[in-house]
Amino acid sequence: MVEKINHLEMQHITKRFPGVLALDDVSIELKKSEILALLGENGAGKTTLMNVLYGLYHQDEGSIFINDKIIEIESPINAMENHIGMVHQHFMLVPNLTVIENIALGYFQDTRFKLDLNLVRTKIMEIAKKYGMAVDPEAYIWQLSVGEQQRVELVKALTLGANLLILDEPTAALTPQQTDELIELLKEMARQDNSIIFISHKLNEVKSVSNRISVLRNGKLVHEGDTVSYTVSELAEEMAGRQINLPKSPEKLEFGEVMLDMKDIWAYNDQGGWGLQGLNLQLKAGEIMGIAGVSGNGQRELADVVSGVRKVEKGNILIDNWNITNHTASQIIERGMGYIPEDRLHEGSLPGFSVRENLILKDYNSSQISSSIFLKKKVIDKFANNLIETYNIKCPDMNTSCASLSGGNIQKVILAREITRNPKVLIAAYPIRGLDIGAAEYVHNRLIEAREAGMAILLISEELEEILDLSDRIGVIYEGAILKVLPGRGTDYKEIGLLMAGVIDE
Amino acid sequence: MIQEFIVGIILGGIPLSVSLLLAGLGEMFTQRSGVFNLGVEGIMMLSAFIGFFVVYTIGSPFLGIIAAMAGGALMGLLMGLVSITFKASQGISGIGLFMFGWGLSGTLFRVYVGGVTTIKGINDIYIPVLSNIPIIGPILFSQNPLVYVAYLLVPVASWLLFKTSWGLKVRAVGTTPAAADTVGVSVVKIRYQSLVIGGVMAGLAGAYLSIAQAHLFADNITAGRGFIAVALVYFGRWKPAGIMGGALLFSMAHSFQRLIQVYGINFPYEIAVIIPYILVIVVLAFTWKSQSLGPLALGKPYDREFRG
Repeated sequence: MVEKINHLEMQHITKRFPGVLALDDVSIELKKSEILALLGENGAGKTTLMNVLYGLYHQDEGSIFINDKIIEIESPINAMENHIGMVHQHFMLVPNLTVIENIALGYFQDTRFKLDLNLVRTKIMEIAKKYGMAVDPEAYIWQLSVGEQQRVELVKALTLGANLLILDEPTAALTPQQTDELIELLKEMARQDNSIIFISHKLNEVKSVSNRISVLRNGKLVHEGDTVSYTVSELAEEMAGRQINLPKSPEKLEFGEVMLDMKDIWAYNDQGGWGLQGLNLQLKAGEIMGIAGVSGNGQRELADVVSGVRKVEKGNILIDNWNITNHTASQIIERGMGYIPEDRLHEGSLPGFSVRENLILKDYNSSQISSSIFLKKKVIDKFANNLIETYNIKCPDMNTSCASLSGGNIQKVILAREITRNPKVLIAAYPIRGLDIGAAEYVHNRLIEAREAGMAILLISEELEEILDLSDRIGVIYEGAILKVLPGRGTDYKEIGLLMAGVIDE
Repeated sequence: MIQEFIVGIILGGIPLSVSLLLAGLGEMFTQRSGVFNLGVEGIMMLSAFIGFFVVYTIGSPFLGIIAAMAGGALMGLLMGLVSITFKASQGISGIGLFMFGWGLSGTLFRVYVGGVTTIKGINDIYIPVLSNIPIIGPILFSQNPLVYVAYLLVPVASWLLFKTSWGLKVRAVGTTPAAADTVGVSVVKIRYQSLVIGGVMAGLAGAYLSIAQAHLFADNITAGRGFIAVALVYFGRWKPAGIMGGALLFSMAHSFQRLIQVYGINFPYEIAVIIPYILVIVVLAFTWKSQSLGPLALGKPYDREFRG
């Protein structure tokens, strides 16, 4: 039995991917009972560093020391033998197995046949009791909520013998209240001789949970120190490398006509249950309405029904007083709908097509772009070059394939296409997910401009900050309906958080 | 008359079901681990030849079966090499494996055997006393030994898949390989193992056709049974009992259409012949919806360092 971790060091870790230097000479250190926050923007290398520690990637240079002895971590098995456990951002659980089975999967490494689920159940209950976590070992993973699945992941790591836990963006899908609970739980675990590495880009959480902080930027370690010695805004600057204030939409009192009217909408989700259950919503010209909610409460179905890719079972959707319920996507686009989808690489663009082609995806049929069956090459070239310039899309030329661009630039291609079409209604689903802060700033500025130009914008997001910065009104979505509409200004996190959990306090 | 007809269907159907059942159970493990092996037909054909050839030259049916299973295992490994190690598209690799097995068995047959030659093979056994019971006797107690082997493998496969540590790993690897990988289960190893098991079972199925059922080898002896077996895995919802049910249903329908012709019943035989196939298509059309129960990662190569 390998001894538990009292002291972990990762020294001078370098990791290259084809064409990318993901980690550049990064060193971190962690002692028993300590919580280290690993802070950085998307793509800064936090997850890569942790995947190296967990044996999923192998470093090109550098070494890992546990209790001052150098160790090689070739695969997750080695990591587990060394008492390292990891809770990934996208949970690593098999949905159609039970909690016990998921944990037994790692528990019986060397045995072929013996599958003693009772033994595993006992172990699980021991751990659950020790840390005061409620877990139903017999439940199937697909039956559990995101918060419950996260607890299963924690119990799994501990049951499999970890005393160093890596948590990758653990609060991404939690309500503010659930986040507070998680932070308390992690502190309790640290008190009981575990150490924790907490990956996040949310400064307030990092501030309240950690003892020490290491900040990564573009694969380099740019800062480390005790949490108490720095303020949130100092950390923000370290993280971005410059002072950044995401734009806020200026206050506005007058709005236009109702552009999008959804009346009692019912629609199924992919699992065959109800995804939307009597959703009502009105959006006016020149207004941004934020849709806040824990993911999986109907956001996806909402975007789908409006853009015409999911069937409405009951209810009516009107764009500018024109009924578009269950019309085809192209008819809805004709009526003035713009859509920035959640999955920009598979829904928002055709990754194998060039930037030029992606820019005309919705207009290839219009008389400006094509005559009878032929595309007008010169017109398109001019159009594309124009947009590349206006939207500052960074690409070698307009014939570059979209797949080779960065996330931020793909999003610019989509924004350029959608906004230049000057739609009446624009749906923006998670428009800055996975983007670095500079790109996020750009996207937000464009959305505010579109609002000024009189578009009605529906902003679906899981980042409350984004919603509070931009929205004129905030609708909280819960179990497929808008639970309550709050004003965009003067609303605080706590109020939204409670509503996101389905609690109405009146 | 009616009783005789029904017993006739069952008696004819059971032997027909064996190769489907064996190959289907094997393919179930393969698919449960996330690999879609469309080459079962090719494995069965090559193994049918290998089994036949060993009996033809050495005379031992037992060695023939062993050799056929070993050949199946090698074919499984080959599929693994192409689709797991080299991460080629599973559908295309499977078609390649089928063509390979088909071509190789036919060529070897023409070069080393030539024409139709019968072998002694394995005959049906008659359990004394019990086989004389009316109706039940012929159905249950006078079958080929491999029939009993095949049906005994149904509970064995169930136990392996649902009650053992290895089975748990197979199910996890086929559904969420990344989850299995992160708790230290080797996705590559489990998938290779499952492919070899699938190959061995398809090999046994092929050997049954040439050694036990037909007592000879002929071109295209499998006549699409390998593909039906792949379909039956879907039909049976990746569960041994379901696959057994599918194999029985299909072979009974097959037996039914044969008897219609034998009895000269006034029914267009062209339609009778396609009944079993239509049945499979209809059933598949109605069952695909519950896909969520099946192995979600089916057909997808796993790459740990893949950055999407």
